[in-house]
Amino acid sequence: MSSTLFQVLGVVLLLVLGYLFGRVAEKRHYARIIRREVEMQHLPVVASRYPPIDREYSQRLVAGSVVIASDYFKTFLANLINIFGGRVTPFESMLDRARRESILRMKYDAIQLNAAYVFNVKFDTTRIATGKVAAMEVVAYGTALIPVETSASVVKGAMRAQ
Amino acid sequence: MLISNLELLPGRLIQRHLGLVQGSSVRSKHVGRDIAASIKNIFGGELKGYTELLSDSREEATERMIEQAKALGANGVLNIRYSTSSIAAGAAEIFVYGTAVVLNDE
Repeated sequence: MSSTLFQVLGVVLLLVLGYLFGRVAEKRHYARIIRREVEMQHLPVVASRYPPIDREYSQRLVAGSVVIASDYFKTFLANLINIFGGRVTPFESMLDRARRESILRMKYDAIQLNAAYVFNVKFDTTRIATGKVAAMEVVAYGTALIPVETSASVVKGAMRAQ
Repeated sequence: MLISNLELLPGRLIQRHLGLVQGSSVRSKHVGRDIAASIKNIFGGELKGYTELLSDSREEATERMIEQAKALGANGVLNIRYSTSSIAAGAAEIFVYGTAVVLNDE
């Protein structure tokens, strides 16, 4: 009798912890994502396969990845929704965050290379499961197009520095 | 070695196709990391250990693909794709493939 009570209390505690921490984490993450998206707005990320031919570019593969975990509350809620069917909104926002984060990490790499565009962007999403852990990995990758003048002046700068 | 996921390069010609090259890597984290991840699963958030692990194995897989391309005498790999699958509890396979080509000089 008392052991069942403890079990129920345990689940309720985990739900409360998951809800509180998970919500704070998600809010903070969204704030961080939005701030960085504004910062990196000047770099266009394109899904087209054909690069522009207006000038000469050198190319580099850039990628960004993130593994994001669900919290106890979201998992519980998702299981509940699963009974009735419908949109599993708790997981939708989780995946949205993961996608945007991976794009931002890829853009960061591209900006370090002085790229003008990132072309042919692809996503790859995988469920990473370890026992009871449910987590998703999202990778974004694409080709950074670096205007040749920029890369040449970078090399010149590096030679001057030596 | 030029690595790109575009199919062509403006200003450079593909002189020869050398066929598909590939690299893969299967990795797992030690149990401590898995336990930490299961705790993180209550609170939610990023699993930094796994992010690190997967980007390391992605690099390794790419490195293996480049070795294969070099052995064929290529100087570029075009149209690269990545794919990931979780093959067992705690282990993930990263697979990367592309087309090895010989490009003319700029």
